Amino acid sequence: MHERTLGDVVLEVRNISLSFGAMRVLNDISFDVRQGEIRSIIGPNGAGKSSMLNVINGFYHPQEGTITYRGETRHQMKVHKAAEQGIARTFQNIALFKGMTTLDNIMTGRNLKIKSNMLLQAIYWGKAQKEEIEHRKKVEEIIDFLEIQAIRKTPVGRLPYGMQKRVELGRALAAEPDILLLDEPMAGMNVEEKEDMSRFVLDINDEFGTTIILIEHDMGVVMDLSDRVVVLDYGLQLADGPPDEVRSNQAVIDAYLGVSH
Amino acid sequence: MRIERDVIYIFIATLFLMVAIPWAAGQLSEDIFFEWPFFFEVAIGGLLAGVMYSLVALGFVLIFKASGVFNFAQGAMVLFSALTLVGLNELGLPMWLAVIVTLIVMLVLAIVIERVVLRPLVNQEHIILFMATIGITYFLDGFGQTLWGSEVKILDLGIPSEPGFYFGGAILINDFDLVAALIAGVLVVSLALFFQYTRIGRALRAVADDHQAALSVGIPLKHIWVIVWAVAGIVALVAGIMWGSKLGVQFSLALIALKALPVLILGGFTSVPGAIIGGLIIGAGEKLAEVFIAPLIGGGIEDWFAYMLALAFLVFRPQGLFGEKIIERV
Amino acid sequence: MIYREAGEFKASYREDMAILPIRQDRWFMWALMAVAFLVIPSIASEYWLGTIMLPFLILALAALGLNVLTGYAGQLSLGTGGFMATGAFAAYKLATAFPELHIIVVILLAGLITAGVGILFGIPSLRIKGFYLAVATLASQFFLIWMFNKFGWFTNYSSSGVISAPPMTAFGDFFVTGPHATPVAKYLFALTLVVFFAMMTKNLVRSNIGREWMAVRDMDIAAEIIGIKMLPTKLKAFAYSSFLCGIAGALWAFVHTGSVEPLAFDVNRSFQILFMIIIGGLGSIMGAFLGSAFIVLLPILLTNAPHLFGLNIPVDIISHIEFMVFGALILFFLIVEPHGLARLWQITKEKLRLWPFPY
Repeated sequence: MHERTLGDVVLEVRNISLSFGAMRVLNDISFDVRQGEIRSIIGPNGAGKSSMLNVINGFYHPQEGTITYRGETRHQMKVHKAAEQGIARTFQNIALFKGMTTLDNIMTGRNLKIKSNMLLQAIYWGKAQKEEIEHRKKVEEIIDFLEIQAIRKTPVGRLPYGMQKRVELGRALAAEPDILLLDEPMAGMNVEEKEDMSRFVLDINDEFGTTIILIEHDMGVVMDLSDRVVVLDYGLQLADGPPDEVRSNQAVIDAYLGVSH
Repeated sequence: MRIERDVIYIFIATLFLMVAIPWAAGQLSEDIFFEWPFFFEVAIGGLLAGVMYSLVALGFVLIFKASGVFNFAQGAMVLFSALTLVGLNELGLPMWLAVIVTLIVMLVLAIVIERVVLRPLVNQEHIILFMATIGITYFLDGFGQTLWGSEVKILDLGIPSEPGFYFGGAILINDFDLVAALIAGVLVVSLALFFQYTRIGRALRAVADDHQAALSVGIPLKHIWVIVWAVAGIVALVAGIMWGSKLGVQFSLALIALKALPVLILGGFTSVPGAIIGGLIIGAGEKLAEVFIAPLIGGGIEDWFAYMLALAFLVFRPQGLFGEKIIERV
Repeated sequence: MIYREAGEFKASYREDMAILPIRQDRWFMWALMAVAFLVIPSIASEYWLGTIMLPFLILALAALGLNVLTGYAGQLSLGTGGFMATGAFAAYKLATAFPELHIIVVILLAGLITAGVGILFGIPSLRIKGFYLAVATLASQFFLIWMFNKFGWFTNYSSSGVISAPPMTAFGDFFVTGPHATPVAKYLFALTLVVFFAMMTKNLVRSNIGREWMAVRDMDIAAEIIGIKMLPTKLKAFAYSSFLCGIAGALWAFVHTGSVEPLAFDVNRSFQILFMIIIGGLGSIMGAFLGSAFIVLLPILLTNAPHLFGLNIPVDIISHIEFMVFGALILFFLIVEPHGLARLWQITKEKLRLWPFPY
């Protein structure tokens, strides 16, 4: 879609391999992500896409390979470190805090930025209260951005699926991440909802300059949004490049159309 | 069943410590009397008591496997069945008839629990179901004692309870414990076989793995639940008879059943062999600690030792010895 | 008709984030406080204050503590009694070893000591979850009670194993423990502390730490991924929860009964507090109070009800029936209203908002 000049490399995964017992989930995967781009990972079910995200944010620890982020090269990320260093994400199966309201869920996304200690919070006076109000303002901006004002105080467990997806995006945004990992943000949505979500993704990328790594099944959406695409199949990397190039790659076509090998 | 190497290591380490610590205590302290025949006597007594723990733990495992419910009420079921049995017997029913009637009562209880408690709570979070079984516990404890009274009742099965000498007179073992352990052992083994080799047993395991999937291949969930609660009721009755004839039928039976909890966290909630081995370790460990360690720290450590032992195990194996390891995914 | 939020507009986030954003709720709370601090002390009989209000308040505080741990942070605990005992015995040791310490200091320190013990027994929660943790907390329950029973040091070598609170004043001649303390004084003292800690707890659960607790409760993996550290978050919950339980235990021993033995905090106490939060409502401040009121009043009702109908039921049967009723009520609440009395209260308010024209 849009021709843009891409920024520097911010994240690079090199020769990542991940297995669970005898099952090899990722096999020698290497790609990089540049500042401000929308980077997609596609592939059939079970290709290892979500596992790749889990490696990037440190939830899974690969047996081989390195991850370079912010100039530091290491064998694995730590979940907590990844969050602290500006990697936020949404989940394929919504992982919201069901008993909490929309507002509280998004506020939770700011947990790393809140500095008051427990005693101050217990007294809820002065600094602690000022901090809460400050963060509330930020969260309200996100709520406005995602157009979810009406469900501010609804427990998210009672929200419809599409709305939950939006709240989850809000929670990730609240952390003001440098890199946003979106795991199938449009799965199970109707066309209208998909359009809304696509608009949000583009706006986030445009307005905040957030780098986005996106997993999505809807090829139309992927090809429209992405700057570059990585294709995985059964843990193997089939292709990597701009959407047009990937679209015409023979190996990719075979994988999707199921040509017998 | 494939046994992980870690488990074997932990097992060997446990055995070693169970021998080494009492021995060391005996060498180091004047207050501790340690001789090998005495050690074995204590250890065997502990193992026999452990079989009884296994029996109660088995009731928990059965229900947990088949319905994912952590049945805190297993202890209350032990007390209730024993109270009912003795109560009926006192009303003039001969023992064999009382046993049959009690079995029927436990079956009815299983049906009622399934109807009244489990069915409305199906698909609720596990923790809610767990708390519901605490409710059942209180109800059954109260109900049993309202019905049959709370004074200590004697249950005499005619098993001799004189101590006998074994291994050429070197080791003293209570005959009653031996018989009880034998009966418990037979029950444990037959239940394990039942689970492994019968059609219902396989269905039970299927339900345990996945409720939805079991339903979709035509296993009627509510029947399974009734069966499994009824079986747990029978196990409870056997445990109630054994414990009851040893200690008298009284409220403390419900508390003894709490001892099965550390057995479970040690053995893993889903494992029948785990319940057996866990029971043996807890039983022997507890007795050995009581005799060879307790005098050093004030005595009476039976209340908590089993729990601490199990807790120590959890540090090494959070899922218990034979529990299934959970791979978390998002 | 009267209970409305229409027409009230909030001009700042500060107002919107107040504990009670609706005006009528605030009035209700002030009225409740006025009744609690002024009306009840002047009209309630000694029996009411001593056998109903005091245990109600103190157990509500313990329930508050457990509710933080179980209701908010999602860590099921069956060790409440053990922590209450820790608070009671810590307070006793402090008060007898340093007689010059003010009672508030004694109680707070006892709470802090209990918090330390709570952290110690909370450490396994990092590795184990759910039922495993529940059973592990039983270990702390049994161990602590055994310890207080076994070692004479804790009771200053009293032969009966019973500890008795020395007479202490809150200020001047205002005795709150010992034989000179009037029920009104005890009641007001306990009330002040309980109200204070309820406020603190409310503040915590509406702040960042409260949100972190709930996040861990609702989905621990997601919480970790957005940067919440498991160990400190869980340990803070254990610490604060046992802090409150410890204070409740100290109040129970010092202010309520005056003298106490470890058995008063056995495993049944733990269950009692657990029942309070189930019946009152998990994850609700109000629920702790409603649940406590319910559980304190129910046995009194059960004991007296047969007399009203002219029945004469022996005491032991009544205590068995009490068990049955408790059990049945737990089941009832879990099945019909898993969110407890607090939720019923919420629903009533929502209905009231629309009343009398629900459409």
